[in-house]
This record gives sequence, C-alpha cells and structure tokens, in this order.
Amino acid sequence: MYTQSLSIPDGEAKGPRKVENPDYLAEFNAKIDAGGFIEPKDWMPEAYRKTLIRQISQHAHSEIVGMLPEGNWITRAPSLKRKAILLAKVQDEGGHGLYLYAAAETLGVSRDELYEALLSGKAKYSSIFNYPTLNWADIGVIGWLVDGAAIMNQIPLCKCSYGPYARAMIRVCKEESFHQRQGYDLLLQMMKGTEEQREMVQDAVNRWWWPSIMMFGPHDKDSVHTDSARWGIKRISNDDLRQKFVDATVKQAEVLGVSLPDPALKWNEARGHYDFGAIDWDEFWSVVGGNGQCNVDRLAARQKAWDDGAWVREAAIAHAEKHSVRQQQAA
Amino acid sequence: MSEHDITRAEHIEYVLRLADNVLILGQRISEWCGHAPVIEEDLALSNMALDLIGQSRLLLTHAGELEGKGRDEDQLAFLRVERDFRNVTLMEVPNEDFGRTTVRNFLFSAFQVLLWDKLSASTDRALAAIAAKSLKEARYHLNHSAEWVIRLGDGTALSQQKTQAALDYLWPYSAELFADSPVDAAAAAAGIGPAWSALEAEWEALVLPVLAEATLVVPARTPFKSFGKFGRHSEHMGHLLATMQYMQRTYPGAQW
Amino acid sequence: MQKKEWPLWEVFIRSRNGLDHKHCGSVHAPDATMALQVARDVYTRRLEGVSIWVVKASDIVASDPDAKPELFDPAEDKIYRHPTFYQLPDEVNHM
Repeated sequence: MYTQSLSIPDGEAKGPRKVENPDYLAEFNAKIDAGGFIEPKDWMPEAYRKTLIRQISQHAHSEIVGMLPEGNWITRAPSLKRKAILLAKVQDEGGHGLYLYAAAETLGVSRDELYEALLSGKAKYSSIFNYPTLNWADIGVIGWLVDGAAIMNQIPLCKCSYGPYARAMIRVCKEESFHQRQGYDLLLQMMKGTEEQREMVQDAVNRWWWPSIMMFGPHDKDSVHTDSARWGIKRISNDDLRQKFVDATVKQAEVLGVSLPDPALKWNEARGHYDFGAIDWDEFWSVVGGNGQCNVDRLAARQKAWDDGAWVREAAIAHAEKHSVRQQQAA
Repeated sequence: MSEHDITRAEHIEYVLRLADNVLILGQRISEWCGHAPVIEEDLALSNMALDLIGQSRLLLTHAGELEGKGRDEDQLAFLRVERDFRNVTLMEVPNEDFGRTTVRNFLFSAFQVLLWDKLSASTDRALAAIAAKSLKEARYHLNHSAEWVIRLGDGTALSQQKTQAALDYLWPYSAELFADSPVDAAAAAAGIGPAWSALEAEWEALVLPVLAEATLVVPARTPFKSFGKFGRHSEHMGHLLATMQYMQRTYPGAQW
Repeated sequence: MQKKEWPLWEVFIRSRNGLDHKHCGSVHAPDATMALQVARDVYTRRLEGVSIWVVKASDIVASDPDAKPELFDPAEDKIYRHPTFYQLPDEVNHM
C-alpha cells in the first residue's frame, strides 16, 4: 500500500552537494534515455536526488503510517484466521516501509532524518490513511480498493530509473497482491453472510471509494512534478492510472454485489473506458493539509511509539558499545 | 501408564491450557503492531504473534475434537466466557512497555521450549505433532527475547531500571506456571505431557544465567499466587476478552 | 544522552542451497547478532532464504563509479575469451 501521486512537495531534502557538471549530466541523460538504471554511487543531478528522496521517503512514511488504520482492527478480528491474515498484512506494510527507507538511505540521508521529517509534519504521507477504519469491512475494502489502487501505481515503479527503488518495488509488488486478494476474499465472505454484514460492506465501499480514486493524485493538467516523467521515475500519468483502476474495479464491484457511490459512473463506448464523476479536490487538499479525521491521531501514534521506544534504542546502542569495549579489553 | 489414567475432561483441560496461553499472549503481542520502538521490532513481534496465534489455532482445534461437541477454534476462542479460559495470568497482564513485553516473552518462551520438547513425545499423537512444529518457533522466540533482555538489562541506567521493574512485576506471576494440579498429575501419568511443576528446575537453569548476564536481580519468591489456569483471572482478562470477542459477540452466528 | 542511530547492515540471502548469497537490502540493528535476527524477520517472511549474511554497510569497500572506464572497459576487446568467438565445424560445435 502507499502514497498518492508521490509528489506532494515537502521540505528540502538533505544530501551531499554535487557540482553540476555538463559532461556528467549528458552521460546521465543518455543512460536514462536508453532505459538504463542509475545506481547509488553514480553521479546524478541534485534535483533528481532530491525528487527521489522526497518520493521514496513519502512512500515509506505512507507504509508506516498505513499500519495504523488496519492495525486498529487486529485485536478485534472476528476469527483467528482473519486475525493472522491481517497481522501478516500489516506486518508486510512495515516491511515495505523498511525496504523503502533502505532505498532512500542509498541517496545519502539517514532513516532518522527522514523519520523526524515525518514526525515534525514536514514530510507528507498518503492522505488515504487519514480516514478512519470504522467497521470490519473497512479492512476488506482497504485491501481491495486502497491496495488495488496502490498496486496500479506501484507496478510501473518496478521499472523506474533508480536501481534501489526499482528493486524495492519489485519486492513490494510481489507481496502486495496477497493484500488485495485477502481484502476481496474477506468481502466476498461478508457478502455471503447476513444483511447486517452486507450493509457493513456497502458502508465501507461508500466511504473509501472517492479517497481511493484520489490516491492517484491531481489531474495531469494540475500536476507540478513533470521532471519525474523525464527522469523515468514516474512512467504513467496520474489520470491514465486512475482510469485503469476505475475500469478494472467496476467489474469487481459487480461480482461482489456492491454499488460504487458515483451516479456518473458509466461505460463510454466511444472512449472504451468508464466515465466517472468529478473528484472533490477541495476535500483532497484539505486532508493533505492536515484536516482529515485522523491526521492528528496518526502522527501522534507514530510520535508516541518513537518517544516510548527511545530508551530501548539507546539501551541497545549502549550495550553494543559496552560489549565492544569488553571485547577489546579481553583481546 | 495409559490413557485410562486421565479423564477426557482432564485431557481437554491440559490442551486448553496450552492453547489459551499462546492465544492470549498472541493477542497481547499483536497489540504492538505499529507501535514498537523500531519498525524492525514491529516485524519481529508480529512474527512471534503470528507463530503463537498459529499454535493456538491448532491446539484449539485439537481441544474441540477431543471434546467432540463440534466446537471449532473460533467458537473456543471467541465464545467461551472468562471463567473457562485456562491461560496462566502471566499471559494476560498488560504489555505496559517494551521491557515488560520482552521479559514476559523471555520467561514464557523458555518455559515453552522445555514444554514443547517434552510434548513432542506425547502419547497424544496430534499434540506431539503440534509440539514438534511449535518447538522450532519457541526456540527462536527464546533466542530473540533473551538477546533483548540482555541488551535492555545491561544497557543504560534507565533501561536497567525499567527492565528490573518489569522482572519484579512479572516474576510473582511466573510461579503459577509451576503450581501443581490434578490435571498435571493425570497428564503426566497418561504420558500426555509433563506436570508443569516438573519443569521448574530446568526452566530456572535456562532463565537465570540470562538474567544474570542482563545484570538483573531475581526477586525472591513470595506467597503471591495467581490462578488463571484454574479459570480465576486478573481484572485485565475481561477487558482483553471484551476486545478480542467483540465481533463474535456483537454478530452472533455470522461467518467471517 | 546523545542521540545515535543504529548502524546500517547490508543483508545477503541464499535462497536455497546451490545458489550464491545475493544482496537483498539493508536493516538497522545495534550489533551483528541483532542484525541477523532483524534480517531474518524482515527479509525471510516467505521462505526466501536458508542462510543469511549481514555486513556492516560501513565495512563494504566499493569500486568508484567514476573509475568504471579504467576498471571495466579494458575487458571489452578481449573477445577471444568468449566461446562464441570460435567458429567450429557444425559436427563439433556443441564443444
């Protein structure tokens, strides 16, 4: 699971300064144009490095913050099988966060720096996680729609021009398809159940549909980060991905037996795609700007875990230092 | 020694004790997911919780089969009342902080390694198979938690103090693991599994050197007694069950 | 206390016997023992490995990307090192 357009501007990223050299730049551009990969120690333009740090770390933050809404239901999962599946899934999100932080660190920033940018509110994460999980069906719908949208976004990233990011994404994508399938499976089971269960599913779909659509980010015409496409970081546009997602999802909703909350949603024979209604971008920017239901709680939860864990992290370092001193003395 | 030395009810109770210990601790550890001191530890704790929940599913299913009333793992986990849970109280007390969670995981994993090892030779073949699988998992849990106990105990002054406080809190509850009961005697006589009291010396031999390396002081045994495995739990248990059983209680009969 | 980040460790995994250990990512851990355990929990949740190496990232010595021409280009024209350089009669070409 992950972030929206991956290009919400946040603060300046730190990293080693490099003198911009036209020969290097030409070589770099040639590599990108040939569809090649850039590796950590290769020369890269400072703007490329900054864009990557911002994008990869936003993606990592989204995974980590994304553990919270679903984590909200682990202790209340209605069967032991579902509990195990959900726990494994939320654990995977943590793993994805780690793969991505590791990829970002190859660009010359430390995880602690990145993490502090998240906690201070300077760095963004996907605003989808600022919506609350209110009933058990939310867990299924997050898997089906939110992870479904994420997968659409992520598959092209497996071929992005920065080697460590592309490799991390291959790993993430391999694990992610379990996430979407378990969500859909959970919903299928509920739709076969009681009226109350079906109502829960519809309620969850109604609440998550539009935020999921928004995950693809602003319309292409309003998108600010065009360099990403030139650099082979983002290979398919927001609107194209969004359309692909809508086209794929309509059929899945039918099979499930739920309606999607958009009266304008209908097949357009001429376009060969589904048309859909206008997205409420005011809501999107409002949630990005900190006014979602859960923005404050999500960051507070991460901050608390970080603060409560400080003595543990310090103890481990202190022990390692003592241990190495003892070893030196023994030698 | 034969199966005739144990009643069906005692046999079920012995298995339920095993099942409820791992179920309730799995539930407690799963509370950490998303809140651990480092993300790496989120993954480690989740792995342990997944192992424990997996073990509980096998054991509850087995208990249900022994009972023969058609109750499956979920009915046993979500629809029993507090009085019928047979976990030791040590499993249900709140996590409090990473120190307490770690010390508890350590004390319990050491016990489980010994217990699973013995149970892998159980005359109850299904139980022996579960034990053989679970032993491997418990060994890793013991290893990981022991490494942490040493780092937390012999870390900073603050971590030493917090970890000592965790040990002081948990140690009295550990006595319950070794309290004798007729069920233990019957299980031992029938070769189902050891009387838990028989594991105490070996357990101490596993646990004490690690605590010493961690520079922790082992508290003296006190008259304090807890009775979770006899179905008399702490005040914490009801809240844990209220959360865990919420869905099944709210929507009776629904399939998930 | 001064804030210190746990060091970075590079993780290499042998996916099954008969194959090389392959780099798969990195983890933060306070020491080598914990680095191995963390690597196990992070990178082998789906039977990805039978053996793990961890190496402190700061201990890895890497070649300079700028030195690529002098390091690797000289191998370019040694085409006689490759079996396909030699045209043999069809009857024995499987050699």
